[in-house]
Amino acid sequence: MTDVVTPTASTSRLRAPRAGAGPRGGRGRGPVRSTGPRHGSRLTPYLFLLPGMVLFVGLILWPIVQAARMSLLDWKFTPGVSSPFVGLEHYDRAVHDPVFWKSLVNTGVYMAATVPTQLALGLVLALLLNKAIAGKVAFRVLYYLPVITSWVVVSLVFEYLFSTSSGLVNHVLHDGLGIGQEPVNWLGQRWPAMAVLSMLGIWKGAGWSMLIFLAALQTVPKDLLDAASVDGAGKVRTFFSITLPQLRPVVAFVTVMLVIGGFNVFISVYVMTGGGPGDDTQVVLTYMYKQAFEFLEFSYGSAIAYLLAIIIFGLSFAQMKLFKYDEEAS
Amino acid sequence: MNRPSAGTSLRFVILLAGAAVMVVPFAMMVATSFKQQSYVLTPDLVPDHATFDNYVRAWTSSGFAHYFLNSAVVSLATVLLVLLFGSMMAYAFARFEFVGKKVVFYSMIATLMIPSMMLLIPQYFVARDLGVLDTKSGLVMFYVAGQLAFTTFLLRGFFAGVPRELDDAMLIDGANRLHIYWHLMLPLARPALATAAIFTFLGSWDEFVWAVTIIDSKDNRTLPMAIQLFQGQHGTSWGLVFAASTIAVIPVIAVFVVFQRFFVSGLAAGALKG
Repeated sequence: MTDVVTPTASTSRLRAPRAGAGPRGGRGRGPVRSTGPRHGSRLTPYLFLLPGMVLFVGLILWPIVQAARMSLLDWKFTPGVSSPFVGLEHYDRAVHDPVFWKSLVNTGVYMAATVPTQLALGLVLALLLNKAIAGKVAFRVLYYLPVITSWVVVSLVFEYLFSTSSGLVNHVLHDGLGIGQEPVNWLGQRWPAMAVLSMLGIWKGAGWSMLIFLAALQTVPKDLLDAASVDGAGKVRTFFSITLPQLRPVVAFVTVMLVIGGFNVFISVYVMTGGGPGDDTQVVLTYMYKQAFEFLEFSYGSAIAYLLAIIIFGLSFAQMKLFKYDEEAS
Repeated sequence: MNRPSAGTSLRFVILLAGAAVMVVPFAMMVATSFKQQSYVLTPDLVPDHATFDNYVRAWTSSGFAHYFLNSAVVSLATVLLVLLFGSMMAYAFARFEFVGKKVVFYSMIATLMIPSMMLLIPQYFVARDLGVLDTKSGLVMFYVAGQLAFTTFLLRGFFAGVPRELDDAMLIDGANRLHIYWHLMLPLARPALATAAIFTFLGSWDEFVWAVTIIDSKDNRTLPMAIQLFQGQHGTSWGLVFAASTIAVIPVIAVFVVFQRFFVSGLAAGALKG
């Protein structure tokens, strides 16, 4: 962490009011636009960037490249042992791996359940909260609480609520309402477990969409809404003709982020089912994690991670095109 | 205010029902943390024979005081370094023209789209090669790197809005760039720094995956991984597990309630400018 000192010491030495006369200032790459009275040096911005860039390049950019390399090699994790190049072998293995497909299907199911629901709930809650109403701040805090709480904690809470013999949910359903012969074994079967995981995802995420929609609703021009009501448009009509079109870039943003978030589902599955029973509730990231850190199949894990990244980028790009996000945002 | 109309009342009732759904799991967590072991498997919201015992045991014999301290040290170090490095980068992006500016800036923004877990495997080996596996500095370094892009993006927007005349006035008075950054930009950016600090704090306080991947020794555990491992070993000690969980959640709620307004501005910056 000695990087912190470097720019401090060096920049103060560059104090002399000579234009571009730093030690390595005149590298002959043509005139650079001056950004103020003749002070500082061409080196100055790089010194400000240095400590952050060291971390960013070393711990983020390099691993991105390294993940690609590892997925194409038969990675030997012992230092000094060379890793043979195997091309797309690991990708081929993934495509023919039924558990990988199962994890992809489960992730897809999770997204189909959580993304539209969070979008709709977030929008409805934001609309309800966008008027003067008693306890507005309290509601905002309560709805946002699950968002900021650790995934580990909320996963454990849901595991407890849905536990078979004594959970609150089975207690209400079975003992209270008399539904079903036996208490439901929620986390021990594929689809009930996926349902619980999805419910947790929705419960934890709805407040996030709400807060973003709430912020966006402030930006809908008031005179447009007034004009609509003067013209006799009802509330529903105003919403669909004025508010929703105005919100389009934000809806696009939230959708993209929710889809990315859906692919990122990991901790809840890891904590609540561990991908089981069998591999029935495995999602892509838990499967990747299992391959890498349980079976030490680091190359195969990297290939799975890259496949996931490609899917995410493809989908995000398609959604942005679909929403014409670029034009709207800039 | 006007007298509530039927519509307003309906709206209030719906919001109240929603709030109940949000709160019940937390209420169960807190209720269970006050239950004696023989009562933890009863679904009561108000425990019979409530006890504070779970908190005492979690804090002392189960070691959560130590894990709490680890989480605090790691999170605070992360926040300080992210603010320092992020604001320096943001200042460079907001006030200088230099070769490679666009490439660097947009590559940082692009990494915001990459799921952090995708980098887990190569990062593990980078950490191994740097010799920081199973250390708190290994946590801090990677947390800082992971949070830099967002903070830089947030602060750059803020710095760009500071009138250049202020810089120029200070330059004429003989100040250098470092001076401007430290005595002009940082004080003006306090609200944006607060926003970045809060998001960074929560991000590292709640972080689980990286911690559980690189930390082995009990001494270096942070709260989320300690809670998860504890539950794995003592499956039915829900009272203890939720006492520890409540201890972990309290700082988060405190930060959120106190700094609420900064959340909205941070989210809005991410959502409406991004």
